[in-house]
Amino acid sequence: MTNATIRHDFETIAAWVKPGSRVLDLGCGDGTLLKYLKDSRQAHGYGVDIKDANILACVQKGLNVIQNDLDAGLSGFEADSFDFVILSQTLQAMRHIEQVVAEMLRVGKQAIVAFPNFGYWRHRVQVLQGHMPVSPKLPYQWYDTPNIHLCTVKDFEAFCAQRGIRILERVVMESDREISFLPNIRGSVAVYRIERSQ
Amino acid sequence: MSKPNSVGVITPQTARFDSPLTLKSGVTLPFYELVYETYGTLNADKSNAILVCHALSGNHHVAGYHSEHDKRPGWWDNMIGPGKPIDTGRFFVIGLNNLGGCHGSTGPSSINPQTGKPFGASFPVVTVEDWVETQTRLADRLGIRQFAAIVGGSLGGMQVLQWSINHPDRLRHALVIAAAPRLTAQNIAFNDVARQAILTDPDFHGGDFYAHGVVPRRGLRIARMLGHITYLSDDVMGEKFGRMLRTGAYNFGYEVEFEIESYLRYQGDKFADSFDANTYLLMTKALDYFDPTHHHQHSSLSHTMQAARAKFLVISFSTDWRFSPARSREIVKALLDNNLDVSYAEITAAHGHDAFLMEDPQYHNLVRTYMERVAEEGRS
Repeated sequence: MTNATIRHDFETIAAWVKPGSRVLDLGCGDGTLLKYLKDSRQAHGYGVDIKDANILACVQKGLNVIQNDLDAGLSGFEADSFDFVILSQTLQAMRHIEQVVAEMLRVGKQAIVAFPNFGYWRHRVQVLQGHMPVSPKLPYQWYDTPNIHLCTVKDFEAFCAQRGIRILERVVMESDREISFLPNIRGSVAVYRIERSQ
Repeated sequence: MSKPNSVGVITPQTARFDSPLTLKSGVTLPFYELVYETYGTLNADKSNAILVCHALSGNHHVAGYHSEHDKRPGWWDNMIGPGKPIDTGRFFVIGLNNLGGCHGSTGPSSINPQTGKPFGASFPVVTVEDWVETQTRLADRLGIRQFAAIVGGSLGGMQVLQWSINHPDRLRHALVIAAAPRLTAQNIAFNDVARQAILTDPDFHGGDFYAHGVVPRRGLRIARMLGHITYLSDDVMGEKFGRMLRTGAYNFGYEVEFEIESYLRYQGDKFADSFDANTYLLMTKALDYFDPTHHHQHSSLSHTMQAARAKFLVISFSTDWRFSPARSREIVKALLDNNLDVSYAEITAAHGHDAFLMEDPQYHNLVRTYMERVAEEGRS
């Protein structure tokens, strides 16, 4: 993953987060996004991560961070207690996707999900060549990847439709550029803003 | 003693309080003394003070040594000192012996000036809230209006929690380590077995054993042995002692055979020599009674924590079954429900409840990193 793309990801997410929002960043990593939201959107946020090193990195940045296994659910968080629950580049590594998305939409009024698009043309080419894709967005080999639930833009939208999840906004991008024509082929990263259908 | 990163030789101090203190039990103490130690230097605007609250068997001797020849440092010396996670180069750290203790503060083994004899059974039961009240008076005495942080593990963490509720404007940060928002029935049950061991010891004499020139050693030993079992994890006990036999063979008798028996008896003996039975009873009772939701409607911790303003660091240890990570998460949830700043870490550690006293890289790095933020905030 290049820094430039991360920035663009984050800018998209930050643009959706209203100033002063209460946000929960699931799989927050070293807290880069959360810090960005705190600084640029005055968000009052909490990160959630499982890794010791990430807890330290977040505390060092002066962020609130909760050490928790996302696959164990979000029982420590009240329904509707956040304006936005964010899952950035983590969905594909989750074991229980349905449960995590349901929990995000229980705890948050809205959710923001960003993931690498498996339908990106370079990935398709590698599969046609007979290999699991390895790319800047999916930098792992098949045997050591944490990404166990990869999906395409189309897959995710079908998932939402089947579960009555409303898609409020979508940005698909590749190398800092937003892709509107053939996004499921030309885009390497997808970002969605979603909510429960009432 | 010039040990690296040590606060060095420390002389305890005593503060006497002559304004009466009405305890939660309704009993009034006309006066009392608190013994305490300080490390580091209080800055000009008195904004760098840290209070360390001790647990069941702790005391004011948190760091450093009492003499040049002292072999054992204070109970949290690995955490507190120059360059340590709680850096005495930056902070002014205070440790005190709680009221009812047996290491210098007024307690059951102190002489009651009205009778010239130890208080013994007549010393009132004190609660965590009472301790917090006395700690505020010590802070007043030292001219500290607001602590940069109040820190405590186990029963000490409970005092931190109580501070944050009762005196929200008097601490900026709360470090609540290996604690619980209140005891479970199982926790209380363990405490009562410990108390029964002491209370039924023929040498207890209804708490007035001092006059008889004895101490209820058997009771104290058993209480401590039981306590020790709950402080360690099954895994660490297995690793350290397993089924090892002292002589390598069964003796078909009831003397010490397994290494774990030997260890527990050693711990029991050591404790019985140094700790007051009445203080032990009092400390376990303070644990049992601790419930900050007690006075509040709905008995909900979230509701109770509405009063708090501090920023929190909550830490638990994976193998702690006395106050498990789930108990710390209850605290975290109540803080989240009130939109308070909180970070929570569950440290992977083998040592059970005792892990909070051990040196662990992740644990100590976390406290260090957090305290660096506290120090920077103090400067800005």
